[in-house]
Amino acid sequence: MEVEKPRFDLFLEEMDQAEGKEIEELIARSQHPLPDQVEWLEPGPRPNLLVTTIDKVFNWGRHYSTWPFGSGLACCAMEMVPTAASRFDQARFGMEIFRASPRQADLLIVAGTLTWKMARALKLLYDQMAEPKWVVAMGACAISGGTFAHSYSVVPGVNRVIPVDVYVPGCPPRPEALLYGFMQLHQKIERRSVRDEFILADLRKIVPGRSKRN
Amino acid sequence: MTKALVGQSIAEQIAKHIPQAVVEANDAWVVIKPDLLLQVVQFLKATPGFDFNYLNCVTGVDYLDYLEVVYHLTSLERTHSLVLKVRCSREKPEVPSVVSVWCGADLQEREIFDLLGITFVGHPNLKRIFMWEGFKGYPLRRDYL
Repeated sequence: MEVEKPRFDLFLEEMDQAEGKEIEELIARSQHPLPDQVEWLEPGPRPNLLVTTIDKVFNWGRHYSTWPFGSGLACCAMEMVPTAASRFDQARFGMEIFRASPRQADLLIVAGTLTWKMARALKLLYDQMAEPKWVVAMGACAISGGTFAHSYSVVPGVNRVIPVDVYVPGCPPRPEALLYGFMQLHQKIERRSVRDEFILADLRKIVPGRSKRN
Repeated sequence: MTKALVGQSIAEQIAKHIPQAVVEANDAWVVIKPDLLLQVVQFLKATPGFDFNYLNCVTGVDYLDYLEVVYHLTSLERTHSLVLKVRCSREKPEVPSVVSVWCGADLQEREIFDLLGITFVGHPNLKRIFMWEGFKGYPLRRDYL
């Protein structure tokens, strides 16, 4: 019996068209950098002793278990790997496990050059991470596009697509620099309050990516 | 080690079999007419003295006056190599595809099509490979800004 074969080429062509459209839309709405995540750096007066204590417990827990999601996009990943290995040993900070799934990670390390074609995937992964989540932009390319800032295919700074907590400069940064970035992030985490998360969550619903506290 | 063949002597032998195919030749390379490229390439692959059974790479170059496609050929049995070139105008950038002779040209011709805008006539699946659908212009052309 003659069976009509499915036309995969037509299907693939439609997929390509849809992908191209999505990338063009992403570029159109990523013309300006998102504000960095600094809302909780200057918290107001603590409302009472109870909340402060909960804050301390929460932040202590988060501080010592920021599990990273390794997105090694380019050569910076070669410096991220020894950071996790025995010599530099990021396990000292309670972040030994590089998770392969964004659902299990708290910290997104963008290590390397981000292209517009990859930006869709990275944004999706970031959106899939559970709150609270943090982002470290590692290296010149992740910070500003680096050498490729004016290129036709490279995102000029990942803060066009996802909000960033800590920038680690270098090309690529040494593992010590990345560890220092982690320590800065830990300081930042310690200044966060549980109280803020409700406010932040509400604000993020109203204006995505723009969550400045009043 | 592979031995790089001298372009002029190869050009003479090509000209014996396919007259008017060679545009220019020097020590390092041979420039072929685009419309006779497939004949020349099949001749180089099938002739026992040459046996160019391996295509190292296909490259596109923008020289502002014209576009050029460079083919690096190697014979694995005879361990010699040759560089072929084909030129086409910027207004009508068309070069015959060599996928029917060497399958390895498939992705590289698609890359050149995507980034330099050269159309490879006879390619089985000539579509974008690096840039997304809807991207305007050819980024590796020297007038692209």
